[in-house]
Amino acid sequence: MSASAKEIEQLIGKEYKQGFVTELETDTFPPGLDEEVIYKLWKIKNEPEFMLEYRLKAFRHWQTMKSPEWAFVKFDPIDYQAVSYYSAPKRKEDGPKSLDEVDPQILEAYKKLGIPLDEQERLAGVAVDAVFDSVSVATTFKSKLKEAGVIFCPISEALREYPELVQQYLGSVVPTGDNFFAALNSAVFTDGSFVYIPKGVRCPMELSTYFRINAANTGQFERTLIIADEGSYVSYLEGCTAPMRDENQLHAAVVELIALDNAEIKYSTVQNWYPGDKEGKGGIYNFVTKRADCRGENSKVSWTQVETGSAITWKYPSCVLTGNNSIGEFYSVALTNNYQQADTGTKMIHIGKNTRSTIISKGISAGRAQNTYRGLVKVLKGAENARNYTQCDSLLVGDKCGAHTFPYVEVKQPSAQVEHEATTSKISEDQLFFCQQRGLSAEDAVSMIVNGFCKEVFKELPMEFAVEAQALLGLSLEGSVG
Amino acid sequence: MLNIENLHVSVVDKPILKGINLQVKPGEIHAIMGPNGSGKSTLSHVLSGKSGYTVTQGQVTYEGKDLTEMAPEIRAREGVFLAFQYPVEIPGVSNIYLLKAALNSIRKHHGLSEVDAMDFLTLIKEKVRLLEMDERFLYRAVNEGFSGGEKKRNEILQMAVLEPKLCILDETDSGLDIDALKVVAEGVNSIRSPERSFVMITHYQRLLDYIKPDFVHVLAHGQIVKSGGPELALELEEKGYSWVENKQAA
Ligand SMILES: Nc1ncnc2c1ncn2[C@@H]1O[C@H](COP(=O)(O)OP(=O)(O)OP(=O)(O)O)[C@@H](O)[C@H]1O
Ligand SMILES: [Mg+2]
Repeated sequence: MSASAKEIEQLIGKEYKQGFVTELETDTFPPGLDEEVIYKLWKIKNEPEFMLEYRLKAFRHWQTMKSPEWAFVKFDPIDYQAVSYYSAPKRKEDGPKSLDEVDPQILEAYKKLGIPLDEQERLAGVAVDAVFDSVSVATTFKSKLKEAGVIFCPISEALREYPELVQQYLGSVVPTGDNFFAALNSAVFTDGSFVYIPKGVRCPMELSTYFRINAANTGQFERTLIIADEGSYVSYLEGCTAPMRDENQLHAAVVELIALDNAEIKYSTVQNWYPGDKEGKGGIYNFVTKRADCRGENSKVSWTQVETGSAITWKYPSCVLTGNNSIGEFYSVALTNNYQQADTGTKMIHIGKNTRSTIISKGISAGRAQNTYRGLVKVLKGAENARNYTQCDSLLVGDKCGAHTFPYVEVKQPSAQVEHEATTSKISEDQLFFCQQRGLSAEDAVSMIVNGFCKEVFKELPMEFAVEAQALLGLSLEGSVG
Repeated sequence: MLNIENLHVSVVDKPILKGINLQVKPGEIHAIMGPNGSGKSTLSHVLSGKSGYTVTQGQVTYEGKDLTEMAPEIRAREGVFLAFQYPVEIPGVSNIYLLKAALNSIRKHHGLSEVDAMDFLTLIKEKVRLLEMDERFLYRAVNEGFSGGEKKRNEILQMAVLEPKLCILDETDSGLDIDALKVVAEGVNSIRSPERSFVMITHYQRLLDYIKPDFVHVLAHGQIVKSGGPELALELEEKGYSWVENKQAA
């Protein structure tokens, strides 16, 4: 017999394949957060003076703030004093100078994840920065990038080597007090990637950062800063995984992008943090602030995200379209299964004239998961001829899950054009039976239908990533039909 | 090939089929006619394995195996094909993608390797020509925005590509215009073979003018109340179903 509604639900018992733990000796701070911890952090990272002030200011602001409650997600209050704010694999003074100095256990962990850090084994054309818990452990293809004048390194290194550059831009898109999680991140961030593409340079390869949470009871607070100078172009990829643990773990990242005149940044994410088990136990709390400033004229930023992991995702990659004729794009696939919750979307803030934005959001909900799109399109006075197109589609697999759409539109400029389309559909038993009658298993049918549903977003991903994303969707839906 | 014996089927405790007997041998064409709601589609669904139907009595064997024990996709891979009365739409999935995935899953089942991309394209283009379809249909989402007739023709395209052994056509002729009916019938005739059997559910003699059946059965109130040769269809057209239904009651 073909899959019934009940069986469709079962189709969603996925197996998380990146859930292993790597045993390492680590330097880990005891849990707890106060000014002393921040001082220690600043010290251990050997940062320039201004950073201490920056961090303390953020921390003091954070203490006055409250965890946001407006999102459509439920979780018990987080005890921020029970989290450790620094964990790093034990190593020599300054961190590895070359791959030979990286702990072989870590290299092995990345290999297991399908991300060999060995430059010979890497796909040509992708440079990788690997962030393991709180620190960056390896950046590949550094010399090749240097020839092109591109800076791609851990942000902690950038703070030491290019302090003025970092100081000029850090917090200029996401100020320290922007929101609760951004403030916390600004106070305690430990590592992440820094990218600077000089004027007129087209980055010769894809840049990629791979984030891995390993240690228990630690939060990961990474910070990414990408600056595309005039007329430059860069495509940046980000991937994430974590071990399976019964406790929830906090991941509160901040990503800032700055595109100057005629520059373009393409930022793609495949987020596969541990989502928790079938009963909703464990999993990552993914509370992320991502924002781009299209500061220059004719600049362009594209966010593409495939979100399949995390117990809770709270994330709104946004574009502030400051420059005239600038373009912001957001392409998103968010899949939630079992007890996962996602509240994700984007903000497009039109400030410059003739600014354009496109939002394509595909939400897939299975099991008992809740999937929310929350988007804001804001057109300020003076943003003449601003245009936005939003398309928001939800797909339900089974009948215990939910999809919600909250589009907010604020238009202060009469010549603006804002269009919004939304659909909700369900994978029907008839569709599944039809596919089975043509010889496909119910699982392959669901995977095919879901992939078809996401096609418009996948085509925005770089080739290798698109393949990975498709495979991931299939995996995430494993067990979701009889 | 197909042997149905005293088949009783219920839907949520409501008996729909009440003792169907039917034997289909390789190469034969059987037409099933009968009033609305008599259980024709139910029979096609039970044969192809749709959920929601309970076999309460009787048995169905296909090539000597108990068909009701097989998962729907296994039946399909073993050669049972249903052209749906109401084909569903699958947004985002192109026709050509579905066809390829379907063909490959059937090939895999038979221990064959995946079809070569060029061979597949050649095969599919030939079938598209056979059914006088526009090649652009291949790249459109399955049945999305297709007209009623186009959907039916698309079902036959799938059948022509997958080359099943037992083809069940549920009112494929309904909704087709006169020219389309001819094209579809020619398509069916072109894949006729001594090994391939057809069960055609229809309301109209017209289809049978183009595809000559070996047997015609009348299904009423969940039973086959009369069987005969092609002439039975003509008689029905003339006299209506009350003629056989009454006869049964009498
Ligand atoms: N899920 C269901 N629940 C209740 N009754 C059903 C269900 N499915 C089918 N039936 C009933 O079973 C009977 C047979 O339906 P079926 O679709 O097989 O008829 P049919 O002979 O194909 O009719 P038509 O010529 O109109 O296509 C009808 O009375 C129908 O209402
Ligand atoms: Mg019917």
